[in-house]
Amino acid sequence: MSEVAIETRGLGKRYRRLWALRDFSVSLPANKVVALVGANGAGKSTLMSMAAGILPASQGEIHVDGRVVLLSQDKPLYRTFSVAEMLAFGRHLNRTWDQQRALTWLSRFDIPLDRPCGKLSGGQQTQVAMAVALGARPAVLLLDEPLANLDPVARREVTGELLAEVADSGMTVVLSTHVVAELAGVGDHLLLLSHGRSRLDGDVEELLAQHARLTGPRAAAPPVEGEILQAQHTERQSAFVIRTLLGADTPLAEPWKAQPLTLEDLVLAYLKPHRSLGEEL
Amino acid sequence: MIDFHVNRAGSVPAYAQLVQQVREALRLGLLHPGDKLPTVREVVTSCTVNAATVLKAYRELELSGLVEARQGAGTYVSGTLGGTADPAVMTELRGRLATWVGDARTAGLEDDDMRALMTSVLAEPPGELTAEQRAGASAQPRSDTGARP
Repeated sequence: MSEVAIETRGLGKRYRRLWALRDFSVSLPANKVVALVGANGAGKSTLMSMAAGILPASQGEIHVDGRVVLLSQDKPLYRTFSVAEMLAFGRHLNRTWDQQRALTWLSRFDIPLDRPCGKLSGGQQTQVAMAVALGARPAVLLLDEPLANLDPVARREVTGELLAEVADSGMTVVLSTHVVAELAGVGDHLLLLSHGRSRLDGDVEELLAQHARLTGPRAAAPPVEGEILQAQHTERQSAFVIRTLLGADTPLAEPWKAQPLTLEDLVLAYLKPHRSLGEEL
Repeated sequence: MIDFHVNRAGSVPAYAQLVQQVREALRLGLLHPGDKLPTVREVVTSCTVNAATVLKAYRELELSGLVEARQGAGTYVSGTLGGTADPAVMTELRGRLATWVGDARTAGLEDDDMRALMTSVLAEPPGELTAEQRAGASAQPRSDTGARP
């Protein structure tokens, strides 16, 4: 199996005069959970659609290693089909089909096979769509916020089972989500998009080790070199979120302190526009 | 068997939390050599963390000699931590600490206050007397004075 699941080179997508994705070059690792985050309109869905081969690129290249399945928020189910018929349909459409895997997933979440898809709850429909997607045995599974209509408990459960599937099958999952807090420990790799470009791309643990929040007496600049992502000042104190090689292990002169970031802190620091220093400084 | 839980709000990485929980269970005598740790898949589904996280935690425990991976059979506890004390003594110490925590709560202390207090006591120089020694020391002068005519 290859080490790289998805590779893009100078990839771009233009809708009329607007670039949804531009000069985009990344290499996403195989057999990992890739967390794809970014504000609305950052290009997440465009990237996934191109990876799935349902949207042609305006420029550049994208290569996906192996079979790819995209599951988006609007689930591709036929309302009059029973769950069992939906699986039969999946088997008909896919050259490779793993009926057992699909059935195991459905029974794990107690989905009745004889019920028409239209009569299922939103959460159950998500499970059916997921079962069909897994039955197709993808090497790369692209999930474009498909868990959005599940309650938090069900979302945890589905994510847990999905992670187990990744561990068992060597599948790569690209997961786009707005619920950043739930990504801790879930994503191996982080890809953060901003205005159609890659803003941050790397192993989650490594990225966390390279960032820190520094707090100390009020100052115009942090006491060490690094890219300043956020700066906050009160009357007496200043706090900076910076990217620096040693992260929270950066040696600092008293009374400055360095703290590690959570994954959520990290993502938010990049998503929020750079807060400039107050004019009074 | 140990039940892992992962707290997503703090800044401690998930793998470090798993390592910490095993070490803690070893210290408290909840895990003994020969006990089996949950399989990677079990931890993945119960804690919703990726397999790499669990593998990293288990590898770190293995490197520090606390667990061993048996080919195809799972991961087993192979070492001990601090727990050289007799289990009965451990139980007794725990009971006294629980009483103390109860007293502290009644006195209006919060968890963080108690941790701060514990840290400050632990930071005191060693050589403090144990309860038995203190009882013996205070009994000594009295018998002395009593013996004098």
